[in-house]
Amino acid sequence: MTPSSNRPTYYEELRQKGYSRRDFMKFCTTIAAYMGLQASGAAQVAEALKSNSRVPVIWMHFQECTCCSESFIRSSHPIVADVILDKISLDYTETLMAASGHQAEAAMRKTMEEFPGEYVLCVEGSVPVYEDGVYCCIGGRSAVDILQETAAGAKAIIGWGSCACNGCVQAAKPNPTGATPIHKLVKGKPIIKVPGCPPIGEVMAGVLVHLVTFGRIPELDRIGRPKAFYSKRVHDTCYRRPFYDAGLFVESFDDENAQKGYCLYKVGCRGPMTYNACGVTKWNNGTSFPIQSGHGCIGCSEENFWDNGPFYRRITNFPGFGIESNADKIGAAGAGITVAGIAAHAIGTNLRKKKLIDGLIAEGKESDQALS
Amino acid sequence: MATQNLRRVFVWQLPVRFYHWLNALCIVVLCVTGYIIARPPAFQQGTEASFAYWFGINRFLHFAASYIFLFNFLFRIYWGFVGNRYADWKNFIPTNRKFFHEMWEVIKIDILLQKDKEHLAIGHNALAGFIYFFVFLAFAVQCLTGFGLYAAMSDWWLPNLFAWVPGLFGGDFDLRQIHHATMWFFIIFSIIHVYLVFYHDYVEGRGETSSIIGGWKFIEEEAFIQEMEEEKKEQEELKRRLIQEKQKAKA
Repeated sequence: MTPSSNRPTYYEELRQKGYSRRDFMKFCTTIAAYMGLQASGAAQVAEALKSNSRVPVIWMHFQECTCCSESFIRSSHPIVADVILDKISLDYTETLMAASGHQAEAAMRKTMEEFPGEYVLCVEGSVPVYEDGVYCCIGGRSAVDILQETAAGAKAIIGWGSCACNGCVQAAKPNPTGATPIHKLVKGKPIIKVPGCPPIGEVMAGVLVHLVTFGRIPELDRIGRPKAFYSKRVHDTCYRRPFYDAGLFVESFDDENAQKGYCLYKVGCRGPMTYNACGVTKWNNGTSFPIQSGHGCIGCSEENFWDNGPFYRRITNFPGFGIESNADKIGAAGAGITVAGIAAHAIGTNLRKKKLIDGLIAEGKESDQALS
Repeated sequence: MATQNLRRVFVWQLPVRFYHWLNALCIVVLCVTGYIIARPPAFQQGTEASFAYWFGINRFLHFAASYIFLFNFLFRIYWGFVGNRYADWKNFIPTNRKFFHEMWEVIKIDILLQKDKEHLAIGHNALAGFIYFFVFLAFAVQCLTGFGLYAAMSDWWLPNLFAWVPGLFGGDFDLRQIHHATMWFFIIFSIIHVYLVFYHDYVEGRGETSSIIGGWKFIEEEAFIQEMEEEKKEQEELKRRLIQEKQKAKA
């Protein structure tokens, strides 16, 4: 990402917009902290945003609800939306760009042709693959086609939200449109998964700034999520964790324990199996997050979270045994059948092997009598 | 009534017995603490969180027992290669037709209670051995899913060897489901296991139950001689085949 003479740097854009250098440094410090960088990281970020011209971005919207975009433009620091998103919209994003129709398509094409191998492709939403992808068409072309075309020249791909990363709600059973996450459709390109429904705005900004600052994708975990934001379970960073360790649980949403703010584990909180930064970064400028407002985590950033219901029960349904079945019910039934079988077998043994058993008893008694 | 002469056979070596009881203890602790983790009971509701840590201790017991379980399991696999003939891995994995024949015998006589000549195995009978193979698989499943879930909480390299497991399933949801459901396999296995020990002791009277304490089983002189002859026959057969092969190689 070298500065090019005809494109201004992030810092230049910012100054044009009326931000002071002080605002800029504040932003760099904030975002470096969110990214989990050390103290010197702020300077690195500042340096990069001063010297690098902005990265061209194409932001595609497929099967989604735009909550990712909404989350992004509400991230706590105004510069995030103003600089990064504003400049993105110059390239292509259906929701926020000024252009529409043919002009919009032309803008996308222009970016693809001018910056091959340089632009970042952001994908919001899953891609339906059934019936040749007719369930999601933009400008008369299917999402599958558009994705393949735009992905071919991308430097890296960012999957925004659970839709792009694991299919989210529309991929829940029976998945009528064949909603497919992008990593199953695009091969041979670095893909950063930023799951969540939506992901936290600061997390999204952090991922983009990382790309700009270091010119490479952040360190990813085995599933492909940035480690900086997705390496801990919500449960492990939850402020209600001490109640969990103390065995103090909310039994139902209207009990005294709920008022006292005890752990929501028993009313189905998915914090213990959900990897996200909610407990640390929180939402709406760090105001709150679901657990803080008294509702358990539903695990929105996890694969198949919708099919692993019900949300308000700790022990989830066991697949293949119908609604209201869970591993404990099936296991207890199995144990019951086993005990019944054993009882039948024990009776059968006494009947069928009577001769044998009697023989053993007789032999034992004989020895006993011989001694007396 | 003719009395029978019983012959003492050393079946379960000390390491095997030690493994068995340590394993049994671990499984009990893991099932109890694991079930509490899945469905914590509601008590101590009046105390302040700062003064209570029972759920944390419960989890600690689960994790501590799981480490012992893992190492014990690995030791048993090792012992399957260096232990005596009753501990050998060939007791668990069918390698010949005789194994399947014996399994069918056990099903006929012990499960379906057919009236026939009693099949008297000295170590594991073939069916039991084969079922233990699946038990070992269940051990492996529990270790993989359990340490897979645990890995994210630990900095130690050992649990982190399992960090790839959640990725395989796309996350923790399925891992928890499998880990929890497999617990029921252990519970049901234990019920049947204990019953069958009682059954064999009752029907055969050869010290089945005490064998896992002292290591001894008592078999009828008649069965002992038969076993020896079979062994001899097998050895001779093997020798004959070796000679044949050598002759073939020469020709």
